[in-house]
Amino acid sequence: MLSAKDIRVSLGKTPVLHGISAEALPGEVTVIVGPNGSGKTTLLRALTGDVPFAGQVQLNGKDCARLRPWELAAVRGVLPQASVMAFPFTVAEVVRLGLTAAAHAGRADLVPRALAAVDMEGFSARLYQELSGGQQARVQLARVLVQVWEPVVDGVPRWLFLDEPVASLDIAHQLGVVQLMRAFARRGGGVVAVLHDLNLTAMVADRVWLMDQGRLTGQGRVAEVLTDAALERAYGCPLRVGRLPPQGGWFALPQAAGAA
Amino acid sequence: MVALDAVRLSGDRDAQARNAMLALSVALLLTAGLSLSHGASEVSLGSLLHVLVSGQAMADQDRLILWEIRLPRMLTGVLVGASLAVAGAVMQGLFRNPLADPGLVGVGAGAGLGAVLAIVLGGLAPVWITQAMGYHLVPLAAFFGGWVSTLLLYRVATRSGRTSVATMLLAGIALGALAGAATGVLVYIADDRQLRDLTFWGLGSLGGASWPKVLAAGPVMALALLAAPFLARGLNGLALGEAAAHHIGLPVQRVKAVAILTVAAATGAAVAVSGGIGFIGIVVPHLLRLATGPDHRFLLVNAGLAGATLLLLADLIARSIITPAELPIGIVTATLGAPVFLWILLRRRGLVDL
Repeated sequence: MLSAKDIRVSLGKTPVLHGISAEALPGEVTVIVGPNGSGKTTLLRALTGDVPFAGQVQLNGKDCARLRPWELAAVRGVLPQASVMAFPFTVAEVVRLGLTAAAHAGRADLVPRALAAVDMEGFSARLYQELSGGQQARVQLARVLVQVWEPVVDGVPRWLFLDEPVASLDIAHQLGVVQLMRAFARRGGGVVAVLHDLNLTAMVADRVWLMDQGRLTGQGRVAEVLTDAALERAYGCPLRVGRLPPQGGWFALPQAAGAA
Repeated sequence: MVALDAVRLSGDRDAQARNAMLALSVALLLTAGLSLSHGASEVSLGSLLHVLVSGQAMADQDRLILWEIRLPRMLTGVLVGASLAVAGAVMQGLFRNPLADPGLVGVGAGAGLGAVLAIVLGGLAPVWITQAMGYHLVPLAAFFGGWVSTLLLYRVATRSGRTSVATMLLAGIALGALAGAATGVLVYIADDRQLRDLTFWGLGSLGGASWPKVLAAGPVMALALLAAPFLARGLNGLALGEAAAHHIGLPVQRVKAVAILTVAAATGAAVAVSGGIGFIGIVVPHLLRLATGPDHRFLLVNAGLAGATLLLLADLIARSIITPAELPIGIVTATLGAPVFLWILLRRRGLVDL
């Protein structure tokens, strides 16, 4: 289990997160949503220890602040929002970096499998810097995947922390990443992701954390948390949620001013 | 052969880098032999080998030249060349930028200031210190100068885990100027003998190589060279940025600390024995990255081998181009290196965040 207790973050003197407590379970996809500047990414970065924060984050019952980098890396992979890469590494070399400190460091066979999982097979000899933004994002995801390839090891779940993993992807690859997240959770791993797209969120999330102005204004199932009223309050624009007939898929439709 | 290549993952350049390692080792051996045999008094490679194999005694004069002049010079060249190239590669890995070179960003100047301080003011230190330190005083002072300036540079140019190239280069200029000014003051108050010492290594030369100097600065350089390969995984990870390097399980702070110490030791000791030899640290790693990729597991070793080879070659040029006099080697490396540096800039135009 991932449990965050009273997480507070300040940038300079401005408080950005006002004491957030939340839980995420292995075997589930937890998605953090909210408008720009609501603190989604800051919360994720606090959970992964990338910003200084007050409070406590526990992963599988252990205080993250007390774990060594390689102990953390053994149970969680982290995909940052933007990834810069110095020096002309090939795609295969970038993905292999995910194995750097892993107990399964010798499993070079995972590199092509992870590349196939993000639909980048055939690119392994290409230079990373020559790829498009979306392709680079998929290569970085493959790097994170090889690090925590098995979602459960010796009964201990592993975790994926993904900051906007679909931001620069086309619709087909967005769905591909959503499926990867689902598959990882179905096999027992935990996934915590920041997403912008509410409809994609509804498709993938078992649990939603709705952020608004540095506070968690709701956590729970999609249908419980993402209601017309809660979304309008958070995003400040009229939104109607509904269900599509065949499988009852959830959707949110923005109501543009002036439209019928 | 074809089948084997098919099994290996494409995009994995390990085999290429290993072949390069072998080729560079052979090149270094050959160049070292050439460096021993070539000079005002010719000792042919053949006769050198003959002596080695047969154990036969050499003529006294030849032995003196070889043992007292050429061997320390060759060893100094190998250690200095390897140190400069490896320090360059480590610093570029640390700053995640191929333009970061200790010589360009003020670390060399800082090390130089340390050395000048020791040369000029060393006499003022309590006698027991100078006696205890002996020849080690100058390399150690250079090491501390290099360490302080590397640390300062990193602190100035890196904010929340990201290093700005523009800040790094500009801060390097400022640091270099500051060290230059302080060095100027010391030169001003130096006496004639000290001035000769200063001029000698200001231009960069292996001419002053001697056994005491090899024994004083050699271990510092050797230590840095031996430490460098242990940084390989860390520097590879740092290419992803500090946060991601941490998330793949690397002890980032330790990697950075060891990298800074390595750069300072290698640059400081190299500057102390041979003065301002430029561009080895930037040209060698860059060419190697083009040839076999940026993986530091091979880059650091290959840079050492190639840097040593290149410096021995530059030294051969320096002492044969205007015989019987010799050119300061810094002039040779700058003449060859500066155009390569410009070429790197041209290739990267638009990629540097200036």
